[in-house]
Amino acid sequence: MITWIKNGELVDPVKGAVEKVDLIIEKGRVAKILPHEAFNDKGVRINVIYASNKLIVPGLVDMHVHLREPGHEYKETIETGGKAAVAGGFTALACMPNTMPPNDCRSVTDFILEQARRARLARVYPIAAITMAQKGETLAEFGDLRLAGAVAVSDDGFPVVNSEVMRRALEYARFYGLTVISHSEDLNLSGAGVMHEGAVSTRIGLPGIPAASEEVTVYREISLARLTGCPVHIAHVSTAGSVELIRRAKEQGLPVTAETAPHYFSLDHNAVIGYDTRAKVNPPLRTLEDVQEIKKGLAEGVIDVIATDHAPHSPLEKDLEFDKAAFGMIGLETALPLTLKLVRDGVLGLAEAIRKLSYNAAFILGVPGGRLVEGDRADLALIDPEYEYVLREEDILSKSKNSPFIGKTLKGRNELTMVGGRIVWRRDA
Amino acid sequence: MRKFEHKDLLGMEQLSVEDIELILDTAESLKEISTRDIKKVPTLRGKSVINFFYEPSTRTRTSFEMAAKRLSADTVSLSASGSSMVKGETLVDTARNLQAMNPDLIVLRHSSSGAPHLLARELKAGIINAGDGINEHPTQALLDLYTIREKKGKIKGLKVAIIGDISHSRVARSNIIGLTRMGAEVTVSGPPTMIPVDIETLGVRVVHDPVEAVKKKDVIMLLRMQLERQSKALFPGLREYASFFGLSMDVMKGAKDDVIVMHPGPMNRGVEITSEVADGPYSVILDQVTNGVAVRMAILYLLIGGSKE
Repeated sequence: MITWIKNGELVDPVKGAVEKVDLIIEKGRVAKILPHEAFNDKGVRINVIYASNKLIVPGLVDMHVHLREPGHEYKETIETGGKAAVAGGFTALACMPNTMPPNDCRSVTDFILEQARRARLARVYPIAAITMAQKGETLAEFGDLRLAGAVAVSDDGFPVVNSEVMRRALEYARFYGLTVISHSEDLNLSGAGVMHEGAVSTRIGLPGIPAASEEVTVYREISLARLTGCPVHIAHVSTAGSVELIRRAKEQGLPVTAETAPHYFSLDHNAVIGYDTRAKVNPPLRTLEDVQEIKKGLAEGVIDVIATDHAPHSPLEKDLEFDKAAFGMIGLETALPLTLKLVRDGVLGLAEAIRKLSYNAAFILGVPGGRLVEGDRADLALIDPEYEYVLREEDILSKSKNSPFIGKTLKGRNELTMVGGRIVWRRDA
Repeated sequence: MRKFEHKDLLGMEQLSVEDIELILDTAESLKEISTRDIKKVPTLRGKSVINFFYEPSTRTRTSFEMAAKRLSADTVSLSASGSSMVKGETLVDTARNLQAMNPDLIVLRHSSSGAPHLLARELKAGIINAGDGINEHPTQALLDLYTIREKKGKIKGLKVAIIGDISHSRVARSNIIGLTRMGAEVTVSGPPTMIPVDIETLGVRVVHDPVEAVKKKDVIMLLRMQLERQSKALFPGLREYASFFGLSMDVMKGAKDDVIVMHPGPMNRGVEITSEVADGPYSVILDQVTNGVAVRMAILYLLIGGSKE
């Protein structure tokens, strides 16, 4: 069966172009890309998808999600997270290892991949732990994990405190072609902090996490990249200071890449006022100046990737006193509209925005995807960039609903998602 | 007739100048009740107040209890250790259960900033914040404002120094908001490790040296060294704190002749305040406690006294 995606506009993040073309999908791949009106179906049975006024984008790739399985299935599973992902336009996810048990050995990686195969939604790329039990002491078996299918290693959730361990992790991971993703945080500086340390924390009486908590560790990672020559990827950049450090590292040619999350360019620490635990994230929402520098970092290419840090939590962790509530917000279903706002605001070109949501993440992880040229796997999304709506809790497909964007007006929505030529999600008309 | 249009008292943050004046004026008219032989009026008969103290407290809890009883409200006292919270019940669930018994007010003391705000969103009953984490302690600030007004005849234009661990003090935060709103000039003082970032955005001056800070002040307000809230890195020890920041007669020299010295209690004698100052002629520390009952009576009355609508 051939699928004809007709009259759409293809966003090509690699060429940096937006072109009016039709796509012919055959055997799970992009068989042909040709101008509108050029395709002749010659009477064969064909499945037509009308894409007028829609953007065809490569399936989005999120290199930072928490799928919570195994261990915390009441918050999210690989299946429910997969549904949220494909609804949000994502066709590939890299999931963090802080599950229960953590993904520090082959059997957990195997299990994650098996659950992903059963779900048949987005592609799932496991990220393994840097150290056994995420304790920051003994390196996990990177070789075995790589063979099992892990694509990266990270200390997300439990930062590696010991710099020597981090150094060895970088050296060892490169040998197996695993990307090292650093959750850059100095746990002592963060202390009992629950939000950004600044005018708002002082005003509403919550213990603060200084920007320096992130920045000293970002600098450590850059320093280790210089020492070892090994690449390092900085997760969820949230401060102006981190952007500046990464900018300088890149200018010096160091192998450093970075991501930020949509909430770090969409919200600032004022969102916490009223003790709204949905706005409690780690790193915390920073100041307006930080938000502006993050946008600048995105525009200048200092920040390569937009990743959601999708962190589902149930009311058990969120319907609590602010300091007792868990850190994290969901993001798979809001990343696209929040990023498209950057395009409307002139921060990023459309192709560049999509590139940060797809190709760059795939490239850093060393996985296919994030582009659509003839012969590529047909992982794609059809987007209506003009659709405006109010996000309602009941519309969220993730098992958890911890989003501060509920009730907010968003613009731009995914309409259809295809993985390997198969439609995995389609919005009801 | 002036009206108090609030369901809850969560912080000084929510109060206008008119609200604060109304509370202080009401307290003034109720203060006399506590001096009578029969210290009780029927104003809140049939109303019920739950004192829910998740953190230890003697003064505030007794003060609220006295205030409610003098107005004839029924009171029930709960502490975290005696409640189901030790069995793992969440604050919201505990509070919903309390709500099911239909109280008129819940007075909450809690170690988490924002805990009363959480309850106020969930419950029909009014919530009074009796101290939440390091955020606010509005009834303390109101009784402090009352005491200052009583002693000085006004608040506007007075020069006030607040000395101590400003970072971890809900008393400081509530007083800064209340005093600046009422037109006083506030200076905060303490070691640099105890002054929160961007405190100037609240409209105060920072003078670390206490000798400088108290110069020409009408009011000196001390804060308790809260050993339970401070991380080890904040100061080397009580000895050093006492010798550089403790308020002695000597440190006070530059203040106005009629300066008053306040402390929210419980005092660490010999740490933030010498006994000579605490028991001396400038001290109004016990007046604060007396006024606390009147101010809390006023708040209870304004929140649940009289018929709604």
